Amino acid sequence: MELTWGMLAVWRRNCFVWRKLALPSLLGNLADPLIYLFGLGYGLGAYLPPIAGVPYFAFLATGTVAAATMNAASFEALYSAFARMQVQRTWEGILNAPVSLADIVAGECLWAATKASISGVAILIVIALLGYAQSPWAVLAVPAIFLVGLAFGALGLIATARAPSYDFFMYYFTLFITPMTLVCGVFFPAERLPAAVQAVAAWLPLYHAVALVRPLIFGQWPAEAVWHVIYLVAVTVAAFAVAYRLARRRLLG
Amino acid sequence: MVSTLPLIVERLVKRYDGRPVLDGLSFVIHRGECFGLLGPNGAGKTTTLRCLLGHAVPDAGRIEVLGLCVPDEARKARARIGVVPQFDNLDPDFTVAENLLVYGRYFGLSDAEISRRIPALLEFAGLSARAHASTRTLSGGMKRRLTLARALVNDPELLILDEPTTGLDPQARRLIWDNLARLTREGKTILLTTHFMDEAERLCQRLAIIDAGRIIAEGAPAELIERHAPRRENGCPGNLEEVFLALTGHALRD
Ligand SMILES: Nc1ncnc2c1ncn2[C@@H]1O[C@H](COP(=O)(O)OP(=O)(O)OP(=O)(O)O)[C@@H](O)[C@H]1O
Ligand SMILES: [Mg+2]
Repeated sequence: MELTWGMLAVWRRNCFVWRKLALPSLLGNLADPLIYLFGLGYGLGAYLPPIAGVPYFAFLATGTVAAATMNAASFEALYSAFARMQVQRTWEGILNAPVSLADIVAGECLWAATKASISGVAILIVIALLGYAQSPWAVLAVPAIFLVGLAFGALGLIATARAPSYDFFMYYFTLFITPMTLVCGVFFPAERLPAAVQAVAAWLPLYHAVALVRPLIFGQWPAEAVWHVIYLVAVTVAAFAVAYRLARRRLLG
Repeated sequence: MVSTLPLIVERLVKRYDGRPVLDGLSFVIHRGECFGLLGPNGAGKTTTLRCLLGHAVPDAGRIEVLGLCVPDEARKARARIGVVPQFDNLDPDFTVAENLLVYGRYFGLSDAEISRRIPALLEFAGLSARAHASTRTLSGGMKRRLTLARALVNDPELLILDEPTTGLDPQARRLIWDNLARLTREGKTILLTTHFMDEAERLCQRLAIIDAGRIIAEGAPAELIERHAPRRENGCPGNLEEVFLALTGHALRD
């Protein structure tokens, strides 16, 4: 495995495309999480007591930052990267230049994290404008969001490297992403779940993403912050290595 | 000692699922030469090129490209190679000029340097007027010309062209031929695959016909015609197509 500046050229290519359609793309990425946030946050929030001392809207909003980052990174690493790998043969073109496959996979992962961070931070800004992120320390949530993007970008690329077609990604979302969104503390504290489910949830990456991002937005240092960071870094590194191997098998026979 | 030949392939073997797709392929290309690789569908042409670029690792044999050992130094070699792939992979999200810019960046070239090169590349491809057109709006012939121009963005010493004129009309093919002839005059070395015998006869100083991963004939077009499709009784000269059919048979391959 050889990583070089080539990965930045790959990142730049994707960024260049995104810049052409930045506004519609950003709005498209934000519409879904914000509709859920305002719908559930205000609608359901009116019936719910504060959770751990914060209004339900703020609780949900901070969870939504993590979930929206996860979703944006996953979409980019699945559908968009698959289009570039398989449909448009963009990766094949790049491989004919002095860029390695590792550079391409890493560039895609970096880009998925970047694009996801733009979504995550946009929601963070909405939260701040509504007055729920008052501490200046909330900016520490930004690197945490980027790390969440990296982890889910790398995980998504595993699916992409194995996918026979776009249909495959439906399973990734319905079997992995959606259940994870429900048990990892985005909508309600994971502690409310049966012990067995909680035990599983504690090993899911979104659980660590939420545990890291939520307190940071409130200006608090997360409990076991180091463990969450180590976990997400480990997921990123391991998933990247697997995605790279699978892509290698697929493209460089 | 590093040889001065831009390409040496020695006893190349590549198996897929135990089946040899390249079966002891050997050839060399001289500097400034246009060398043709001909063969029926599935003969192993694209696989050979993939090995030369380091995208497929051979099971046996030796490859030296521009004095570099492939696959070990493939990345270094690719910096000095231009590639036209069998299937188009231009970036549909970009304009014609942007395709050249973005591709040049993969070679580590600065934007200023690439921008300096773009006008000549567009001119070469006959696409100056289309610089800012979306790649999606180009005809098949224009796309192929742009792909060839893109392959020149790094000013390569060696060009590897996989069926550069397949799917093009006679006019578009001629334009590519003129371009390729111009490139060899400028001293570039070209390795090209094609299914058009007239194209090979016209462009290639030497060529190899491969079948089932093995070279079955090699030499200058005139030499091969002389050897395998001699002049008929009525005085008509033979041609390369007759050579090809005489050597590879009339049965369908794929
Ligand atoms: N990744 C692969 N896995 C298994 N078999 C492969 C793979 N790539 C190529 N082959 C087989 O190797 C043989 C040679 O294929 P190749 O693409 O090199 O032929 P070609 O000479 O370029 O043919 P064409 O003229 O149709 O482009 C074919 O039988 C093909 O099915
Ligand atoms: Mg081929």
